[in-house]
Amino acid sequence: MSDTTETTESGPVLSADGTPLKRSLRRALRAQKMRALALIAPLLIFVLVTFIAPIADMLFRSVENQIVSNTLPRTVVALQDWDADSGELPSPEVYEALYDDMFLAAEAKEHTRLGTRLNYEQTGISSLFRSTGRGVDDIGEDHVDALEDLDEAWEDEAFWYTLMTGGEGAEPNTALLEEQRRRLADLTSDSFAGEIGFVPGQAISELLPQTARAYTAFALFTVIADEDVVAEEEPWEAVKVALIQDLKAGADVAGYDGPGAAELVAAQQMVADLPPIDFKAAFLAEDEDWGAIENWKTIQVYSPEFTSGYFLNAVDMQKGPDGPEARPENQQIYIMLFQRTLFMSLVIMGSCILLGYPIAYLLSNLPVRTANLLMILVLLPFWTSLLVRTSAWKVMLQQQGVINDTLVWLGIVDDASRLVMINNQFGTIVAMTHILLPFMILPMYSVMSTIPPSYVRAARSLGATNWTAFWRVYFPQSVPGIGAGSILVFILAIGYYITPEIVGGTTGTFISNRIAYHISSSLNWGLAAALGSILLAAVLILYWAYDKIVGIDNVKLG
Amino acid sequence: MIQPKPVSFVAPVVGAAGAFAGLLVGTAQGVPLLGVVAGAALTAALAFLWLEVFRKERIARWITFLGFGVAGFAIGGLMGGVIGLAFGWLFGWFIFWLGEGRYRAKLPPYTTPLQVFYHFLFRVICGLIFFFLITPIVVVMPLSFNAEDFFTFTPEMLRLDPAGYSLKHYRDFFTNDDWQQAMWNSISIAPVATLLSVSFGTLAAIGLSSEHVPFRRPIMAILISPMIVPLIISAAGMYFFYSRLGLQGTYWGVVLAHAALGIPFVIITVTATLVGFDRSLTRAAANMGANPVTTFFRVQMPLILPGVISGGLFAFITSFDEVVVVLFVGSAGQKTLPWQMFTGLREQISPTILAVATILVTISILLLTTVELLRRRSERLRGMSPG
Repeated sequence: MSDTTETTESGPVLSADGTPLKRSLRRALRAQKMRALALIAPLLIFVLVTFIAPIADMLFRSVENQIVSNTLPRTVVALQDWDADSGELPSPEVYEALYDDMFLAAEAKEHTRLGTRLNYEQTGISSLFRSTGRGVDDIGEDHVDALEDLDEAWEDEAFWYTLMTGGEGAEPNTALLEEQRRRLADLTSDSFAGEIGFVPGQAISELLPQTARAYTAFALFTVIADEDVVAEEEPWEAVKVALIQDLKAGADVAGYDGPGAAELVAAQQMVADLPPIDFKAAFLAEDEDWGAIENWKTIQVYSPEFTSGYFLNAVDMQKGPDGPEARPENQQIYIMLFQRTLFMSLVIMGSCILLGYPIAYLLSNLPVRTANLLMILVLLPFWTSLLVRTSAWKVMLQQQGVINDTLVWLGIVDDASRLVMINNQFGTIVAMTHILLPFMILPMYSVMSTIPPSYVRAARSLGATNWTAFWRVYFPQSVPGIGAGSILVFILAIGYYITPEIVGGTTGTFISNRIAYHISSSLNWGLAAALGSILLAAVLILYWAYDKIVGIDNVKLG
Repeated sequence: MIQPKPVSFVAPVVGAAGAFAGLLVGTAQGVPLLGVVAGAALTAALAFLWLEVFRKERIARWITFLGFGVAGFAIGGLMGGVIGLAFGWLFGWFIFWLGEGRYRAKLPPYTTPLQVFYHFLFRVICGLIFFFLITPIVVVMPLSFNAEDFFTFTPEMLRLDPAGYSLKHYRDFFTNDDWQQAMWNSISIAPVATLLSVSFGTLAAIGLSSEHVPFRRPIMAILISPMIVPLIISAAGMYFFYSRLGLQGTYWGVVLAHAALGIPFVIITVTATLVGFDRSLTRAAANMGANPVTTFFRVQMPLILPGVISGGLFAFITSFDEVVVVLFVGSAGQKTLPWQMFTGLREQISPTILAVATILVTISILLLTTVELLRRRSERLRGMSPG
């Protein structure tokens, strides 16, 4: 017993089990922290997955622009060296790459999506892509016919299959297969994984690189998207065109001894007599817009995988040859919409302060019982469905609505000149003030009910007038309530969608209505995401301010 | 200071109020000027009569009440009679309230007449604001019984003619497949979403309210954010993200989205309840040998239950009332009641919406009462004075 006492005095304090008390306490604290985190973790993960991840996804979408390089991968690479300011059209190689990309995109029906996307930047591209997608398989028709006339083997599915596999036991080129898998997966956003019963041969893909590439893409698409068998389907025109290009480029078919070698030699001799395929002329024949430098410029400007284009668009600017520039006057709407959203939110906030302050003052100065009774009048609108309140305002404000009818009945307004109170800014402001008023009254009330009445009484007894006592003593103490309520109302107002949509008409709509329009009607998701990101940034700054001023855990409901 | 006031003060004031009432009645009859003069003269004369000649309050007020009612009935039929009775009661009360000086009863004796005037002016302004708050909701109710397909009062309704009223919009709501489907969707989505947010939210709120929580503020900010981020942004993000996961247009997609939106309300109400929670109670239970699970269900849960339930009600109403997110995340198969109302308001205007609105207001009144009772019970349990 005396030993322990001595160690305790000289050494560190020990807990019951002999460990130093400090460590034991630290361990207990850590255990407590871990327990708290373990309780929070499920919800935190839930919110992160169901809520924060979608928001992050939206932010990503506002800069993402992979559709151009996914749909036209070779064109984008070939176009890199083109100088848009030279005033000349891109080189024939670019048109050849475009043929290769366009053919596959048209087979996968992805060219219209890209057309729609680029149409946001340059009007007319959508129809250009659409018409080209229809006619792209006619390009090089004469050459393909000549090839097929030479030897019927070029129309035979089984011959093509053996040719491209390189025969039994040939060394496979899995790298090419995987490369084409990725290309198709990027293009269609579907998975192209799975066994397709075809691997290009190593030797043949070195001999005929373009053909092997095109045939592998064809094989993957046939098996996975169309669910057919490769060996039983005749290859696309694009494969045959690629073969002609390979042969024309001087592939050394004479030195090849795999299956189909003889047909290849014969084909090369025949092809040598034909003129080269003029892709540029062919595209211009499909649609003369392929000769417009503007269109090529757009494709080049929007070819990087990430773009600031959506954000520029969201602030009424666009990408020009020399960096960002303002859009033409008649296309500028977003700055105006943001200003209107801001202005109307401020007006709504102001009218909520004007109407909420007297009510909060009255409630906090009445006897508790009466105040609770009157509080029901504030809480009932708060608890009533938003749609109910909005439809109520529609009923009230319409031209044939309750207010107009009452005014006409009283003879204040002539029946022929009923007031227009809906489908404009007035309607939105009135309805939203009504809807958000409880959010102003409740924080004000909770602050005002903590102000001791003795201060005002003291001021009065020291000789202050009613007004001075209120303005110099009471009002400063109620400012935190005004601040809390204002930020809350402003945050809620700035992102409102339903009420402006129903009572706002065209002049009373907010930026959120435009976002909804871009998601569901114009399908310009990138622009919707960019507008949303700007709005979100504004709200988060206010949220941060609210947290600093009021503290987010001090929010009270009801 | 409650003392009778001279009739020279009461009669002009009552006359002014009477002029205003006369203006209303007069304009409705097409003779505004006559209405003003007649109203002022009549009410001022009444004030003089009751205060100077026949000062028997009870009988005088009855006579005013019934007399105005009969006069109203003679001018404007049944509705006129009702309005007349209201005016009669009002003026009978007003004359004696002023004449006996009762209006000063609750004011300090030293207040000057001007201060008294401001005091009542303030009250009147507050009354108008309350009127603004409550009228839209009240107006919807009688309109939902409209026999016509109008969004406004018909002459029959104003005459209180039974033919002007009908239950047909309610019948439409209960027999129309669209509305019924929407109602069942709402009923099947909201409770599941509520259950999710309440169970996760309560656990997290208990974790958050313990003394040592690392990163408390950022965690709180993340958990509250679904309430702060504008719904259209949440909806857009969820639409994009849930499409990638294949949840877009499915029942579970909507439930998860609604659960996320309801969580802040559960967190806020439950942490507020836990602020007053006495931790020595759980320690005492543990001391007596109860394991943490028993302690939670037998000691802590009953005490914080009111907060949990009102948080759950908030979460329920959030899901039940939500339209923006379901509009984007859901497909036609998840069409909820608010969604149906929204399309109804935007496209085909049908007064069935008003019937639905009335039903929803009734439900909100019930919920509001429940929450209020729970709040009082919670404060009683925690030893606070019932507010």
